[in-house]
Amino acid sequence: MIIGVSIYELLTVTSIIFFIGVYGFITRKNLISILISIELILNASVINFVVINKYLYPDMLQGVVFSLFIIAVAAAETALAVSIIINLYRQISSVEVKDTEIMKY
Amino acid sequence: MEKYIFYILSVIIVAFALASVSSRKMLRSVIYLLFVLCGIAGFYFLIDYNFLAAVQLTVYAGGIVVLIIFSVLLVHHIEMELEIAKRSKQLLIGLTCLIGLGVFLYTIYNHTFNVIENTNTTTTGDIGSKLLSYETGGFILPFEVISILLLAAMIGSIVIAKGKKLTTRNDEAL
Repeated sequence: MIIGVSIYELLTVTSIIFFIGVYGFITRKNLISILISIELILNASVINFVVINKYLYPDMLQGVVFSLFIIAVAAAETALAVSIIINLYRQISSVEVKDTEIMKY
Repeated sequence: MEKYIFYILSVIIVAFALASVSSRKMLRSVIYLLFVLCGIAGFYFLIDYNFLAAVQLTVYAGGIVVLIIFSVLLVHHIEMELEIAKRSKQLLIGLTCLIGLGVFLYTIYNHTFNVIENTNTTTTGDIGSKLLSYETGGFILPFEVISILLLAAMIGSIVIAKGKKLTTRNDEAL
């Protein structure tokens, strides 16, 4: 644990990052910007896992292992999202959310 | 000392996260995200999970950010400024997010965590043997499942990004 820093301060920082991500997710109109916001949200949750593991259950490793899994899933998700965006750009020449109607079918 | 590093890192992270969701230049917003991710790796170093910090730096800062930069360069004109939401909408969403943050913080500060004081160091070997152990509490099955997931995502993204070109060529060949 970090000497002199309580768990409340760490959880405050992660909550702020999470809500910045939510704000970006709703206000942005571009698919890649939305992807960036999702990365922020995922990172906030990963820090939460790690901090709670270290501060409350220091003898266990579940938090670390699950954060590794979250990072792996985030990498897979980003790769898929980027490939979908590139394919979409080929078909409709745009990555704006309002032009993305073709995926409904 | 560690306390001050923590505060500096938090300020950097929050400032760059805000810049990343509000910048109107696409590529700059990705670079701000890179700074956020490096700051978070700094958190992991402070909490003494060195392996996780290394994974964060290699996978996120080295892999995902480069992937996003490539996609930006492929699909976007650099000089183009992003369309931005209406001012009233921005205010409304910001207000909603602040209310949500208030609820979160209220809940967190009203809960008493029974923190265990410790200075344990987790070695990479501990994490590795936990991941590969097949006894009770081991993580061998999720570990294998995640490797299959990564393989499937890799093949899927190749197939999707290749798109039409591949199928038409196949049809011609047939």
